[in-house]
Amino acid sequence: MIRASLLLCVFAISACQEAAQPSQQSALTIEEIRSGYTFLTAETQALQDDPFANPGLLWVDRGAELFQSTIAGEASCASCHEEGLHGVAATYPAVDESSGVLLNLEGRINQCRTQHQSLDALAYESEELLALTAYIFNQSHGLPANVDISGPAEAAYQRGYDYFQTRRGQFNLSCQHCHTENWGKQLRGDTISQGHGNGFPAYRLEWQSLGSLQRRLRDCDTGVRAEPLPFGDPRYIDVELYLAARSQGLALESPAVRR
Amino acid sequence: MASIRLAVPKTAQSGDIIEIKALIQHEMESGFRRGSRGEVIPRDIIVRFECSFEGVQIFAADFHPAIAANPLLTFHMRAEKSGRLLFEWTDQNGETWRDSADLEVI
Repeated sequence: MIRASLLLCVFAISACQEAAQPSQQSALTIEEIRSGYTFLTAETQALQDDPFANPGLLWVDRGAELFQSTIAGEASCASCHEEGLHGVAATYPAVDESSGVLLNLEGRINQCRTQHQSLDALAYESEELLALTAYIFNQSHGLPANVDISGPAEAAYQRGYDYFQTRRGQFNLSCQHCHTENWGKQLRGDTISQGHGNGFPAYRLEWQSLGSLQRRLRDCDTGVRAEPLPFGDPRYIDVELYLAARSQGLALESPAVRR
Repeated sequence: MASIRLAVPKTAQSGDIIEIKALIQHEMESGFRRGSRGEVIPRDIIVRFECSFEGVQIFAADFHPAIAANPLLTFHMRAEKSGRLLFEWTDQNGETWRDSADLEVI
């Protein structure tokens, strides 16, 4: 009898907790949205803010050179985009009007190369592609992500949302479990961030290098012991779109410094 | 192709102590790490940095495997006359990267 009432008690408590947990746990509210920057130590924040020593700027510099340079006699990026591409990166991923395909900035750069410059597409995480994306993202520094998730992008957004919510890997965790429901808590030595992509391409101390958002997504998938998708996989581009919309106007920080 | 960033004040008063910063893109692979298949990733590091002002060495450093990737150096010099600073990094295979900056003493 005592046991039964204890059990009842436990049920009652858990029911109370259920009721006490606000339903907004399933999504971030605008008030609680925080950039990954706010989870960094003061030293790492200082490195990101340093207009000289932020190591990501090495790639931005190189990207600026590549943007201006002609390769194999083909037109340079700058010969079309004379004014640069201010604010453009903030609108990516975006649906390409001609093909109807969702492109991230890497894909858009490669489309320009193959269709307009008669050049080969650059490989993901190659120094050149990282440099160009970092340079173009840096021209949207401080602007909020401004992606279009209506019309032709709606289905991609929904797929990205589904990927984010789906349990995967041996740990059977979804992105949501860590980055929406448990951000701010400790995962071993780390504080779990909200999982925004607003700093990418970012210089990660763990990588000792600049890397794309997809590289970061692959690390997360590997972290829950799931098979990561190949670089450039459309499913990751869908996730990039969802993440950009989910960040709800956080300023872009690329090249950010992250752990 | 290494990307280099230099921070040298364009002008200085004679006698000023000026701060110089030099950043270079380099993997600084220590040689102690292993890849996903257990194979040793070969060492690939910068071993020497030298900075000279009008032919006179003002700062030099030997690098070892514990130096992080994309090494940043900060050092100081006394500005006494106008001239050119030369920066040179040399890796373990003898490959070098150079850059320069001009300083005007007023």
